[in-house]
Amino acid sequence: MITPTITQEHDSHHIEQEVYNKTFLGFWLYVMTDCVLFSTLFAVYAVLHNNTFGGPSAHDLFHLPFALVETLILLTSSFTCGLGLMAAFRQEKRKVIGFFTLTFLLGISFLSMELHEFKGLVDEGNSWERSAFLSSFFTLVGTHGLHITFGLLWILVMMGHVLLRGLTSSTLRRLMCLGLFWHFLDVVWVFIFTFVYLIGVK
Amino acid sequence: MENNSHVSLETHHGTMKSYLIGFSFSILLTLLAYFIVSEHLFTGWFLIGSITLLCVVQVTLQLIFFLHLGDETRPRWNLISFFFMLGVIVILVLGSLWIIENLNERMMPEMKNLDKNHELRS
Repeated sequence: MITPTITQEHDSHHIEQEVYNKTFLGFWLYVMTDCVLFSTLFAVYAVLHNNTFGGPSAHDLFHLPFALVETLILLTSSFTCGLGLMAAFRQEKRKVIGFFTLTFLLGISFLSMELHEFKGLVDEGNSWERSAFLSSFFTLVGTHGLHITFGLLWILVMMGHVLLRGLTSSTLRRLMCLGLFWHFLDVVWVFIFTFVYLIGVK
Repeated sequence: MENNSHVSLETHHGTMKSYLIGFSFSILLTLLAYFIVSEHLFTGWFLIGSITLLCVVQVTLQLIFFLHLGDETRPRWNLISFFFMLGVIVILVLGSLWIIENLNERMMPEMKNLDKNHELRS
C-alpha cells in the first residue's frame, strides 16, 4: 500500500469533514420539518381536546404516574444514546454496542407501555372512533410511537453496521443522524407529556 | 481495515459533562412539573403557565446539551433553520387556535349547545 502524502491525507480528511457537515445539516433540516409535522398535530389536538362528544375527557382517561414512568424511560434512553454516540467518536466499539443495546431496550419498553395504554383505551371502548378528542390524541401520540418504532429498527440496523463494518467514517455519520433523531423524539415527548398528560389531567 | 484517522472528525457530539447536566436537569424539571400537577400546588392559568415554562426550559436545555444547538461555527445554518422552524410553528399553532376560537364564538347559539344537548340525552 502506498503511504499517502500529507496533502492527500489532508484532502481526504477535508472531504470527509465536508460530507459529514452536509449530512448533519441535511438531516437537521429533515428534523426541523418533522417538528412542523408534529406542531400541526399539536394544533389539531389543542383545537379538538374539549370535543369529547359526551365521552370521557383527558382527565378521566389518563393515568399520570404511568405517563411519568414513560417519560423517565424515554429520557434515560436519550441519555444512553448520547453516551453511545460519544463512545463511537472515541472508537470504543464495545461501549457503543452496550449503550445502543441499552437504548434499544429502554425504547422498546417505552413502546410496549404506550401500546399497553392504547390497548387499554380501545378495550374500554375509548378508541379513536369515540370522539374528536380521542381521534386527535391517537393521531398525535400514535405518530410519535410510529417514529419510535422506526427509530428502534434503525438502532438494530446501525448495531449490525457497527459489528460488521466497524466504526468507519460513514458509520459514524449515520450514527450521528440516528442520535439526532432519537434526541428529537425525546424533545417531542416532553411536549406530549406536558400538554396532553399534565395539562389534561390537572 | 479500521482507519483511525477518522477519529479526528470535527463533530457536534458533546462531552460527558454536558450530557450529565442535560440529563439531570431534565429529570429534575420533569419531576417538578409532575409534582406541581399531582399535589395541586397551583390552579388555573398559573398552573398552565408554570408547567409550560418548565416544558420550554427543559426543551431548551435538551436542545443545547443533547442536540448541541449553537455549537456550530459560522454560518450557523442549523440555528437559522431552527428559528425559521419556530416561526412556522408559532404561526401554525397560534393561528389555528385563533381562527378556531373565533369560529367557535361566532357559532349560532343552538349549534354551540349541540354537544351539551348530546350529553343531556345520553
